Parts: sequence; structure tokens; C-alpha cells
Amino acid sequence: MTDITATTPARAVPDNTAPQEDAATILRRKEKRMAAVFLAPTVIGLGLFVVVPIIASVVLAFFRWDVITSPKWAGLDNFHSLFSDPTLRSAFANTIFFVVTTVILQLAVALGLAVLVQGIMPRWLQSTLRSVFFFPIILSAASVSIIMSYLFNQQFGLVNTYLNDLGLGSIPWFTNGFSAQVMIILIYVWQNFGFTFLLFLGGLASIPRDVYEASSIDGATGWRQFRHITLPLLSPTTLVASVMAIISALQIFDQPYVITQGGPGNSTETVVMVIYQDAFGQLQFGTASAIGVLLTIVIMLVTALQFRLSRRFVYYS
Amino acid sequence: MATITADQPSATKNRRPFRWANAPKTVVIVVALILCLGPMLWTLLTSMRPANQALGGAPISFSHLSFDSFQQAFKQVDMWLLILNSVLVTGLVTICQMLTAGLSGYVFARIPFRGRGVLFSVILATMMVPMQVTIIPIFMIIRGMQLSDTLWALIIPAIPTAFGTFMMRQYFMTLPPELAEAAAIDGAGPWRTFRSIYAPLAAPGLAIVGILAFNGTWNDFFRPLIMEMSSKNYTLPLGLVSLQGNMGSGSVAVVLAGVVISVIPAILVFVFGQRALREGLTTGSFR
Repeated sequence: MTDITATTPARAVPDNTAPQEDAATILRRKEKRMAAVFLAPTVIGLGLFVVVPIIASVVLAFFRWDVITSPKWAGLDNFHSLFSDPTLRSAFANTIFFVVTTVILQLAVALGLAVLVQGIMPRWLQSTLRSVFFFPIILSAASVSIIMSYLFNQQFGLVNTYLNDLGLGSIPWFTNGFSAQVMIILIYVWQNFGFTFLLFLGGLASIPRDVYEASSIDGATGWRQFRHITLPLLSPTTLVASVMAIISALQIFDQPYVITQGGPGNSTETVVMVIYQDAFGQLQFGTASAIGVLLTIVIMLVTALQFRLSRRFVYYS
Repeated sequence: MATITADQPSATKNRRPFRWANAPKTVVIVVALILCLGPMLWTLLTSMRPANQALGGAPISFSHLSFDSFQQAFKQVDMWLLILNSVLVTGLVTICQMLTAGLSGYVFARIPFRGRGVLFSVILATMMVPMQVTIIPIFMIIRGMQLSDTLWALIIPAIPTAFGTFMMRQYFMTLPPELAEAAAIDGAGPWRTFRSIYAPLAAPGLAIVGILAFNGTWNDFFRPLIMEMSSKNYTLPLGLVSLQGNMGSGSVAVVLAGVVISVIPAILVFVFGQRALREGLTTGSFR
């Protein structure tokens, strides 16, 4: 330490240790000041546009408020009405049905294709397939919804035109309750499986080759290898992929809003659509907030479950 | 073939012209490709049919291709305004997200201070709350700021990013801390250490944050739907959906031309950022 001061005589001051400490503290202070400046936009921004809204949502959930008159204390009324309102009950049922089916389909399709594509040898072919399967994600859900509602339009859609030509008659894709649900699910999976597919490809690439070689020496092939090697070793990826798929499927909105407006009847009404309609259609901000709080709690539970499961069941190599 | 088999047994295993065992796999992949590309190919071809004869049921055909519908899209709709709004909103959000996430991520990775862990956990926790839940109070705040029904309503609340902060922290953590020590010995202050050593190295991490910010904002439908009342402030997704609603079945080609136009910038970003994105998503930082 003294050596440094000795080599810089210009800075040499009578008291030898004090300025040294000062230099360190000055550096510290400079660093702290910089940290504060660097953090300010993010912390203030997230505070104003995420933390305050979360608190406000929770508070609003206990009030009755239509913006025009002043908010009235409602206690748990908003939450009670959540469970008694038939529209909302069917929206919850629909959303759960969407989440379960889309997640299972998305994971199955993505895993199946990832296993097939991974075995493909020419690298250019593999990377082409990867780009093609990922491509729908870069479209907006709104665009995909427009395209699909034209393709499957009951009167003039391409699909029904061909079916008519084949003498099979036109199918009411979006005008029958159940088929509208199935179509929304298929369209959602069509657009989003590519992301899960990429996650699985990454997971498959991280499984060491020699595990397979060792098992084939032991006579295991095909399905047995998949069942007893690929699936267990892939479980960290499967867990992450399924949690991400569940969380994003819980928030499904664009497709049903654009394609069916929640119909026919309430068959494709989802939780987020009810939030939107309650708040911005009927000006019931209290009920809308209560639904939002409930949705957030569900998402937090799913995330917490992920942490628990990843500690207990997942094999990490 | 015989000589090759003799010389390189391992190569022939993969290069054999056709194996019946592979047929089902090939069929599955081809079907997946057709299902995946079919709707997009149909969109492209329909948008390139003359506007007046492109009913939705028009079969896929490569004849009579024209850019008539694209011209119609610009003539009948204010496409330029939609494009300008989308570019403005997406550009500002993307740049500001990269900037703020880069700065805050650096602090969380490199500069220790009291309460850092707690603050970072709070930021991470905010990622769990979906935008649809916070949108009601955000709408009120924006109204309070007298910004409702302006493009600022789409820009300002979208800038602070917990996810970007997280990504950039993970990225800066992978850079060696010795660089900072060496810089300090050379007499560089904290600002110079950041500015001339770490910031230039952050490009790959920033690219990922930028691509994801672009994709999320460019394709966002929900926020504009709530924030914008007048059609002069619509961005592309909202503008196209309202176009589809307003026009009858006769203008399928025009609407689809609009869809194609809106996709082009996203394709460009995807093509140029593909590598950075794939590496970022499949290695370390994301999991």
C-alpha cells in the first residue's frame, strides 16, 4: 500500500493512511451512487407499473367500484360472486379445460417431434425444421386468429370448400360449442408448440450419448430406451416446459377474443376475457380485480409446485 | 456404394438411401411440416390474388399472382399509420428495455449493496403476476397521467422489465469478475469499468432481451385493445383485427396482405437474431 503512495509523490500527503482509506470509501461511494442511478429506472418503473398495480388490485378486489361513483367497501362479496356467477363458473371450467388439453398436446407434439428431429442427420435439414416449427411463434396471435378464422369459416373458408367438393358437407368449426373449443385449443397449440419443441431439443442435446450406447449394449432399444433413459433424463426440461406452458395457457385471450368473442354461448369464454369484459365492458372493477387476484394466486401456486417438484422428483445429471 | 461401405462404415449408416424403418418417421415429419407451413403459404398466396376475386374459399393456386391487394391495403386502410405506430411503440420499448435492463442487471450482478438480495427477489416475484391482472390499475395510472389514448400509454408501462433485468443479471454473472479488478488496479472508476469493459461485452445478452422485447411488443394485442380508443393510435395487430371485423368477406385478400406486411419485420428480426436467441434459450441463462 505504502509503495503505491511512494510511486505517486504528487499525491503524497503528510498523513499516510487516511487518504488511502478515503480513496477506497470514495470509490465505494461512487459505486453506490452509480448503482442507485442504474437501478432507478427499473425500480421506479416496476414499482409504479407492477408493484403499485398489484397492491391496488388486491385492495380493489374488496370494493365495489364503477369509476363514476366513489368506491364502496364490499368485503368478500366480489369473491362470493366469483363462485356464484354462472358465466364466470363456465369461464373457469373452460380455462381449466384449455390449460389441461393444450399443455398435454403441446408437450406431446413438441417432445415427439424433438425426438424425431434430433435423429435427423444432415445438419441443414435439422436447422430448417427447427426454424419452420418455431416460425408460428413470431406471428402475432391476432394474425394467426385472423388467418384461421378465414381458413375455417363455415360459409367461404378453404377447408369447408374442399370438404364440400369431397361431398362431406361443411363443418361448423366455430359455430358449435364443442368444436369451437377444440379449434381454439388446436390453433393455440399450432402457434405455441415450437417454443416447447426448442426447449426439448436443447434438453435432448444435453443427454450424454454414451448412456444410449451403454443401454443398447444391454439390449435396450426404441421404446425402452425412450421410456427408461430419455424421459427420466429429460425431466428437468419437461418440468420447466410444462410450467411455462401452464402459465401462458392460463392467460389465453387473443384467440377466443378475435375468433369467437367467447361464443357460441359461453363455450370459449376464458378467465382473462371475463376480467376484460367485467372491467372495461361493464365497469365492475372490483369483481374484475378479484378474478385477477385469484388468477395470480393460481399462477403462484403452479410456480411454487414447480420448485417443490424439481426438488423431489426430477433427476439432475 | 460398396467401396464407401468398406471405407467408412459409420458414414453409411446415416447415408443409406432409404430404410423402410424410417418411413413412418419421415411421414410424421412431412405431415407436421405441411400442417405448419400450409396456413402460412395459403395466407401468402391469397394475399397475392387480385383483391376482387379472392374469396376465402379460393383454392391454393400459383397463377395470377399480383400485388393488387397490397396496393388496396395501403389505399383502403391507413396502413402507413398502423406501421408507423407499431414501429414507434416497438422501437422505443425495445431500446428502452435493453437500456434499463442492461443497467439494472449489471448492478445486480456486480455491485453489492445492502438489501440487494431482497430487492432482486421482489423483482423476480413480479414476473409471476400476469399483465392482464395489473392492467386495470395501470389503466387508472395512465388516465391520471392524462396519457390514455396516446401511444405513450403503450410505451411507458412496457419499459420496466423484470424479465430483462433477470436475463441481464444472469448474463453479466457469466463474465469474469477479474476484469473489474484489473480495471480498478489501472485506476478506472466504476463508471469507466462499466462503460469501457462490461458494456461492450453485453451485446449477446442485450440481443436476447431486445428480440424478446420486440416480439412481445410488436405482437401485443391486449394492451392496445385496452389503452387505445381512437383508431389513429392503433398498432398493427389491433388495426388488422378491426379491419377484419369492419370489412366483409370480399376483402379477405386485403386483410391478409396486411397480415403479411405486419409479419415481415418480425421475420427479419427473427432471421438476424435467431442464433443469439437459440443460444440464449437453450443454454444456461434461461434455466
